[in-house]
Amino acid sequence: MNALRRHRKLEAIWSSEPGWKGWTSSVNHSDLGRMFLFTAFFFFFVGGVLAMLIRAQLATPDSAFVDAGAFSQFFTMHGTIMMFLFAIPAFEGLAIYLLPKMLGTRDLAFPRLTAYGYWCYAFGGSMLLVAMLFGIAPDGGWFMYPPLTGPLHSPGINTDFWLIGITFVEISAICAAVEFTVSILKYRAPGMSLDKMPIFAWYALVTSLMILTGFPPLILGSVLLEVERAFGLPFFQADLGGDSLLWQHLFWLFGHPEVYIIFLPAAGIISTVIPVMARTTLLGYGWIVASAVALAFLSFGLWVHHMFTTGIPHMGLAFFSAASTLVAVPTGVQVFAWIGTLWKGRPELHMPMLHILGFFVTFVIGGLTGVMVAVVPFDWQAHDTAFITAHLHYVLFGGFVFPMLAGIYYWLPLLSGRKRLFRLGELAFALIFVGFHGTFMAMHWVGLMGQRRRIETYDADTGWGVINFISSVSSFVMAIGLAMVLVDIIIHAFVAMRGRRNPWQAGTLEWASMSPPPSYNFASLPEIRNRDPFAGDPDLPNRLAKGEGYLGEPKAGRRETLMVDIATGRPEAVVVYPGNTRLPILMAAVTGAFFLSILLKLFWITPLALAGVAALALVWVWQLGSRTDQGAQDAGRGVTLPLASETDRSPGWWGSTFLLVANATFFGSLLFGYAFLWTVAPGWPPAEWLDPSWAELGLGIGAALVGSIALRVGTRRNRNGTSPQLALVPALLATVVTVIVFALLLFRLPPPDGHAYAATLFILGAYGLAHALLVGLMQGFLILQVRRGFTSARRQSGFSVVGLWSDYLCAITVLSLLAAHLPGMAL
Amino acid sequence: MLIGAGLILFLMAGLVIAAFRVRRPAVDDARSEKVWILGLGLGFSMAVLAALLAYGLVAGERLMPRAAADLVRVEAEARQWAWRFAYDDRPGYFTENLLHIPAGRPVDVAITSTDVVHSFWVPRLAGKLDAIPGHVNVLRIEADAPGTYRGVTAEYNGEGYSRHVFTVEAHDAAGWAAFVAEETP
Repeated sequence: MNALRRHRKLEAIWSSEPGWKGWTSSVNHSDLGRMFLFTAFFFFFVGGVLAMLIRAQLATPDSAFVDAGAFSQFFTMHGTIMMFLFAIPAFEGLAIYLLPKMLGTRDLAFPRLTAYGYWCYAFGGSMLLVAMLFGIAPDGGWFMYPPLTGPLHSPGINTDFWLIGITFVEISAICAAVEFTVSILKYRAPGMSLDKMPIFAWYALVTSLMILTGFPPLILGSVLLEVERAFGLPFFQADLGGDSLLWQHLFWLFGHPEVYIIFLPAAGIISTVIPVMARTTLLGYGWIVASAVALAFLSFGLWVHHMFTTGIPHMGLAFFSAASTLVAVPTGVQVFAWIGTLWKGRPELHMPMLHILGFFVTFVIGGLTGVMVAVVPFDWQAHDTAFITAHLHYVLFGGFVFPMLAGIYYWLPLLSGRKRLFRLGELAFALIFVGFHGTFMAMHWVGLMGQRRRIETYDADTGWGVINFISSVSSFVMAIGLAMVLVDIIIHAFVAMRGRRNPWQAGTLEWASMSPPPSYNFASLPEIRNRDPFAGDPDLPNRLAKGEGYLGEPKAGRRETLMVDIATGRPEAVVVYPGNTRLPILMAAVTGAFFLSILLKLFWITPLALAGVAALALVWVWQLGSRTDQGAQDAGRGVTLPLASETDRSPGWWGSTFLLVANATFFGSLLFGYAFLWTVAPGWPPAEWLDPSWAELGLGIGAALVGSIALRVGTRRNRNGTSPQLALVPALLATVVTVIVFALLLFRLPPPDGHAYAATLFILGAYGLAHALLVGLMQGFLILQVRRGFTSARRQSGFSVVGLWSDYLCAITVLSLLAAHLPGMAL
Repeated sequence: MLIGAGLILFLMAGLVIAAFRVRRPAVDDARSEKVWILGLGLGFSMAVLAALLAYGLVAGERLMPRAAADLVRVEAEARQWAWRFAYDDRPGYFTENLLHIPAGRPVDVAITSTDVVHSFWVPRLAGKLDAIPGHVNVLRIEADAPGTYRGVTAEYNGEGYSRHVFTVEAHDAAGWAAFVAEETP
């Protein structure tokens, strides 16, 4: 079979449906990565227009351009869109597009999940756009502090759009993070050990793990605030035992890691582009990986520095001030490693390099003002002034937008297979750079003069008029520059000439295929021996196209790739992916119906939507099943491997593991909230406790343990070839008992709208009940699969997945019941 | 702090520009790593940051409220969009959007809120401290000279935010005595 025939065969297997219909059914990472990027930059445009409106209003004193109500929607939506609908999805889009190509594989771990994540993002983002079109957009500031956003002070639907829309969008971030983690750890080219991984993959891995542990506190906060707004459970109301500070803690527990979640992928771009532009290799690869990991850990110890003015005790302030300064060290290491890389090589000033230089200047200034506000006495003055707004734009624009623009210009030839035609990009860069610094230098200045952030107007006698005018004019210069980038890209995509392969002479694998890459990425998978596999081996693409790598023989209708050992990259199993399907978009639509039913208070739809999601999830999993053992597979190059679905560590097991990491963080945040309210909130102890019951406690813990153990026995019996049903049915019965115990807890609680104590226990009980029902559903599904012959001693992957969830249910049941019953017994 | 920041910025910019301009012999990776990462990345950053942190902590310590014999205590209660002030030295008396304090004496302001989160900020007297429902935060302020000082709310609190301001009136000893003796409104 020659290269062209192989290409046609693979295209037939991998390509999406033609035309616009293909968008709705595609599960291919290249398609979805582009859709993500396109949508993210559309939101960047919307957020940018809002920024222009803000600057137009502030350009002159006593401006009557818009009123305070519209202005508050502008700044709230500007921040919300840029953070949640642009920055995070833009990273997701880039990583979805690039990661499999860089890692030398054919797709991400869970193609349908990629699509589901995209549609959740698109639908959730649209909800916020609709709110804006009708003039009922959120207006409490992008960090949504209650009680201002609570039911008493914001009775309108505006806040609900934020809480529900953003939670919907965060589903896509969690999906992407699970997917990246599993893909980077398990889906690489054979021989690509961890230390040979492209540096971008390391950054994406760290970022993903941070999303898994950083987003759940905000999701919890949003759930609590929405429950307070919709059903009156008082989590943030001081007179009923709640505390608005709980929101601030949950929000910044997310919000500070968020800054690094945005910066780290950008640092990944920089670490990839700089060595190529300097014609050398990256200086201090190990040090950079170590500092990215260090940043991830430190960033979770900093959230309180957003709350220096809330009356935190002095010792606490000193600790968090020290941590906030310490976090600058790993950042410093990375910046100097990049400069060292430039010194090591012979840097050339191509288009991407311009934006990298823009990054250096801007980000270093942002970092320096960041260290200033880490000094508590300075922060007490600068907090909530335009100085902070300017600082955060230096960090985010410098640390994300400039690198992202560098990345776009760097990878554009890969996406399009063309070369740039006009020199429009250079002029655009100059305008953006000058405009940006004009805008935000002025804002530092006026902030130090005392202008607060978020005021819609100011008096002429403050003397701020001229500075604000400079800032506004500069911001329009920047906007013109960004519009020119857009024009440049459109010209490039449609008009420019075909370019040659690998125009930058890069050494990473994404360039070792056609440009633009085919739907299957690589006709056969390379064997990796060093960190820049394409650098000393210009013939690599031809050999891969000729099928000389792994999996070079297309098999009818099967999308195949390899799973490898985490550390060494030794091939472990052959993965068969699902093909094009509209299941993800349907599932996202039903998920959207669930969120809409809460938003519009149509609560009769809510259970229907949940049942719909559950039913679709069962179809989702059912489609992967097989009734016969497939046995060993030929992976090419004389290697035979089992199918991934016939191992006990299937892709589903890996996905579940990392999903549970996020889930456990959510549960941990809930316990934190319970303890926080108990110890800090005013209005405790409550008037009425839950009447504790040894019987319920004992029964619940017993059932949880039985369920978990019975499932292990069932797994072992299945592996030994005996019928597992004898153990699975008791496991299911134990789960039913767990359901009953949680239902009793909810039933016997004091009224949850009376005090934050009962409200928190209500959420804890509802969380337990939901998980018990979920695990019951999974166990019932497994029994059904066993009865219909979808399992065997080889086809055992379902057991390990359900076992994992059963163990998790056991752990949260024990912890929840102890947290609910023990305090009552001790008192 | 500003000068230090400027110097660091110029150092970084200089190093980046020099990378393009300076012709230099090839150096092996191990030596470059020592210079760039151990020397500049770890050594330089840590030294600068340690100095800054120490400065910040000492400065913060000096701003801490201490026990003082001539301490005056007032209460500030925020709501949308006004401030109400009460005085320990003149029980039962309230002022709206106007805070009276003695000049030259330490004043503890006990800050709280009846509705949403606000923040008490008189830029020329002290940093800001939040007014949080259900909590009382105490801020130490001290006016060196008699006069009026502008105060603002510094946490977004709804549509009246930009107009949510107040005034601090610092009296000399005689004026304060008259105020406490209920002679002035």
